[in-house]
Amino acid sequence: MDKAVITVVGQDTVGIIARVCTYLSQHQVNVLDISQTIIDGFFNMMMIVDCDDLDEQFSDMVDGLESLGDEIGVRIRCQREEIFTKMHRV
Amino acid sequence: MLNITEVRETNEMIEQEKLDVRTITMGISLLDCAAADVDVVCENVYRKITEKARDLVKTGRGIERDFGIPIVNKRITVTPISLVGASSCKSPSDFVKIAHALDRAAKEVGVDLIGGYTALVSKSMTPAERMLIESLPKALSETDIVCSSVNVGSTKTGIDMDAVELLGRMVKDTAYATRDNDSYGCVKFVAFCNAPDDNPFMAGGFHGVTEGDVVVNVGVSGPGVVSRALDAAKGKDFEFLCETIKRTAFKITRVGQLVAQEASKRLGVPFGIIDLSLAPTAAVGDSVGEVLEKIGLEQVGAPGTTAALAMLNDQVKKGGIMASSYVGGLSGAFIPVSEDKNMIEAAKSGCLKIEKLEAMTCVCSVGLDMIAIPGETSAATISGMIADEAAIGMVNQKTTAVRVIPVYGKGVGEVANFGGLMGYAPIIPVNQTSCEAFVTRGGRIPAPIHSFKN
Repeated sequence: MDKAVITVVGQDTVGIIARVCTYLSQHQVNVLDISQTIIDGFFNMMMIVDCDDLDEQFSDMVDGLESLGDEIGVRIRCQREEIFTKMHRV
Repeated sequence: MLNITEVRETNEMIEQEKLDVRTITMGISLLDCAAADVDVVCENVYRKITEKARDLVKTGRGIERDFGIPIVNKRITVTPISLVGASSCKSPSDFVKIAHALDRAAKEVGVDLIGGYTALVSKSMTPAERMLIESLPKALSETDIVCSSVNVGSTKTGIDMDAVELLGRMVKDTAYATRDNDSYGCVKFVAFCNAPDDNPFMAGGFHGVTEGDVVVNVGVSGPGVVSRALDAAKGKDFEFLCETIKRTAFKITRVGQLVAQEASKRLGVPFGIIDLSLAPTAAVGDSVGEVLEKIGLEQVGAPGTTAALAMLNDQVKKGGIMASSYVGGLSGAFIPVSEDKNMIEAAKSGCLKIEKLEAMTCVCSVGLDMIAIPGETSAATISGMIADEAAIGMVNQKTTAVRVIPVYGKGVGEVANFGGLMGYAPIIPVNQTSCEAFVTRGGRIPAPIHSFKN
């Protein structure tokens, strides 16, 4: 499975999760796991998603989510999952 | 399944602690580019580099985007040019033509630096190797991104003092040839002892004759990450400190391993090695000097510096070695003065002197690196510095190197600016007592007794 990790950090507002999920559903990306917390007063969310059926280039999704973050006023990063698993799992 | 804390930790390393992959370096063999005519050699060299490295920069950028990890430089190393040009070059200026071909090819594919304008003369010089060395002032002043190195000694062969003497003069001539730019040419040259064949870092990177046709090597960097991790070790004992450094080095190297495998897959080129060095930059929070200070020194250069560096170097290796299938290159802590904010400050304040730096090179992974010295320093003194450093490497069976910049027209207390990753450095004093009679004796220093292991 081709997994990616999406992180959203920023000032909490209404509808952040809704807008990110809408983008993902429009591009055939399935959400596998979401964890969300408030750290130092900031909204922090991590999503693990399945990109097997992604209908655009991975780098396009990276750019698309980044632009969406700019619109909402939060920082959205999308990275391939391996950078985290390689670093934290022997 | 990953958790949010782990994801945050990785991204904080990248965003706040300046974790990066310093370089993806493609090694390319140019042995099959040799010909009887130097213009044909230049054509062959240009063609092979532009063909093999065509997608290197694009691939690097793609990996950067997909994983969200900065890849600061994309570089190329090639077979030592003294070998490639031996059959065709009849004069130093013939070699300069090949340097131009390298420069053009590297710019065409968009890499940051190309290394391998190199001669390996640890026992003695062939006429071609001597010509390449004599071409250095012209080659380094007329090209922009060509890096050069000369291996003057090894544990097995001893030290070629004829080459050491010649290099002192060439470093001075290069400084003069690039005098309008704080003698920048010397930044692109390094003299080595026991040079590794697979070093992805510059200026000493070249593609050794032990290597295959094309290979991808990766150099990682993360002094800022180690520094931040050491905040948790304040006041704790050495066991805790070492454990912290090892764990951090493991994590940094794992990122390098991932990037190397991905680059290898996307480029269709075998993966060579990870060089797990702590490579600083002059930016705040990206300093090996800061790590040493967090270990417990008021400033780098204080008593205890050599021991702290020895420990740091060893822990970096111990942590990193488990993280990668193949570790090579230099792999340790770099201590370049001009590329490290805390080292610059220590040199400025007089706490860090050249003699202490020399002692530090006995236990770090490189040598006297990026040190600005007075422009009036004599060629013989520079040769003496190279000889001293080569002797440390030869006797201790380790890699050592010298990259000093005798900044033309500037003296102690003034600052040399090299720009970008190369940073800036205060000019520090060098003992100017003559060693001319020593470096001009001619011949070579024999291999040490412990080289006879057969």
